[in-house]
Amino acid sequence: MKTIEQTTDEVLNLAAAHFKVSRAELQPGDDFYKKLGIDSLQALELLTRLENHFHVELPDYEVQGVSDFHTLAARIQARL
Amino acid sequence: MLDLSKYDSLGAALRDALGHWPEEICLIEADRDHERSRLTYRQFGEASEPVAAALEESGFAAGDRAAIIMTNQPRWLISAYAVFFAGGILVPLDYKLSAAEHLQLLAHSRAQVLFVDYPLWRAITQAPTFREHRLQRVVVSEAPPNADLAGGLRLEEFRATAAPKFRPRMRTDTACIVYSSGTGGHPRGCVLTHDNYLEQCAAVTPVFPFRPGARYLSIIPTNHAIDFMGGFLMPFTGGGTVIHLRTLRPEFIREAFTKYKITYMAVVPLILKNLQRGLRERFAALPSGKRKILDALISVNRALTQGKPRPGLSRVLLKDVHKAFGGGLQALLVGGAFTEPATIEFFHDIGIPIYNGYGCTEACTAITLNDLRPFRPDTVGKPVRGMEIRIEQPDADGIGEVAVRSKTVMSHYLDDPEMTAETIVNGWLRTGDLGRVNPTGHLQLFGRKKNMIVTAEGKNIYPEDIENFFEGIAVKEFCVFAANYIWPNHSMTDEKLILVLHPEPGQPVNDTLLKELSRRNAQLLNYKRVSGYIVWDQDFTQNAALKIRRPILAGLIGKQIDRSAMVSL
Repeated sequence: MKTIEQTTDEVLNLAAAHFKVSRAELQPGDDFYKKLGIDSLQALELLTRLENHFHVELPDYEVQGVSDFHTLAARIQARL
Repeated sequence: MLDLSKYDSLGAALRDALGHWPEEICLIEADRDHERSRLTYRQFGEASEPVAAALEESGFAAGDRAAIIMTNQPRWLISAYAVFFAGGILVPLDYKLSAAEHLQLLAHSRAQVLFVDYPLWRAITQAPTFREHRLQRVVVSEAPPNADLAGGLRLEEFRATAAPKFRPRMRTDTACIVYSSGTGGHPRGCVLTHDNYLEQCAAVTPVFPFRPGARYLSIIPTNHAIDFMGGFLMPFTGGGTVIHLRTLRPEFIREAFTKYKITYMAVVPLILKNLQRGLRERFAALPSGKRKILDALISVNRALTQGKPRPGLSRVLLKDVHKAFGGGLQALLVGGAFTEPATIEFFHDIGIPIYNGYGCTEACTAITLNDLRPFRPDTVGKPVRGMEIRIEQPDADGIGEVAVRSKTVMSHYLDDPEMTAETIVNGWLRTGDLGRVNPTGHLQLFGRKKNMIVTAEGKNIYPEDIENFFEGIAVKEFCVFAANYIWPNHSMTDEKLILVLHPEPGQPVNDTLLKELSRRNAQLLNYKRVSGYIVWDQDFTQNAALKIRRPILAGLIGKQIDRSAMVSL
């Protein structure tokens, strides 16, 4: 079982790779809309990538209102 | 389609629709890559009438109010029809609001009954103000077995066996209370009558005719005036099919086009831009030879469709592109917010007709629609049937506030005679938007007169509502403005909110204050956040009741501070 720190780290790695930003610039508490410069549909695209990586299914409503990497990782962690 | 002039209420029109094409498919529910269910019009009636009977049995009277907070799905429409059947007033709420906002609007609307999705109800029950709610009955959709419903009943168990009694309503009776915006202290509940809806539906249907076999993909939240019209009233009164997709993931939206051979879809600009981005990436990945051929075909298509759309021809010319849209797409309707002409042009060039329009909840959806005859992407089209447009106090360029008069204009704002009197003057609805009608009768928009923004997702945000979230910050006074209200720029895009800080004399804007501003800002939903702040060193202009005189303050700031002084948050 992964720790929340590991999950968060993997979320940050994937987000950096998918949206082509430097991994070093991303912190767990960052607002991903702002930091990645993305809109709500692009956030859903990221979610699909994360689902494929972690082999979990995250309904859209689970991430409604979530905007920081750490909370997103916690939602994934709860389903691992 | 049904002749809507014969009906006095939405309930009566919908009831006739169910009997008119009983064996046609009315709803398809799809989730990701699988289909969950299909209902014919007959089955839709069989699913909703027991709910109407249960409402009546529980004491729900004609004119009582029932709210819906659900994602787009068949049970939304089933519940709505049950409410209309029982003579009730529907209060459709935006499922994307926070639980606290839901509770606030439920209280403001004085809804007695709530139909709600389980995850949303779970969030509402955890809000600090939950115990203050005055709902008499809560009906929960799709609750897992053994879930604690905090007093709610399961939708599948909320049914009575006795036949419900259809309760007729008059055209002047209220059909819906729709919140055009306004959480955080100043809710704008538009009271819309059956007449408003029936007239709007009759006016717009000739542009998007529904018939059995026509399919509408529903992705804009159904509480929004556009989907309520395009994904409920119009298809039902024409015998069409509505496809509900339980996810908004772009890859599944794309898949649904081909899987269900979609005829119409309404989108907000954000989704249209996402589709455009996907297509651009696909085009860019083509080998250079194929790309050149595609560019040539696009040029030919553009030249042949300037006067009017020719979907058949475009489908032949640009076969591969159209295959990705299912091959049966007649039109994409874009609304809810301003769409950049370049985006509309992109789709027009590849032969996908984009009908942009302009409207507002206060006018029951559409005021103008671009019928593409000819293609004028620089405008939002001509007034729809029955709509009169007038430009108030035009300047030398003919630009002034857009005012409209029609049978579709709302009755009033719920419990707010003052705001109603400011908004509807001598029968004319003042939209607060600036526009000009050109010699061909097309309306062009040039920014807003009012202090508000509309996001690309079609959300109306009033700065005053955001101020609550910054209450108590350590400055002498503060307020929030739409940046374009302070610095008018005749633009409908890239609208931003800006915080105006007036510190105590000699007080610096230090790290502690900035951290607090960022913390508060991050608690807001992403589309409600302020983009930055400016520092203002004078007392805010106030009236006798100590309310900020916003137009005067905005004018002073605009004259003394440049837009570039805004610091990002």
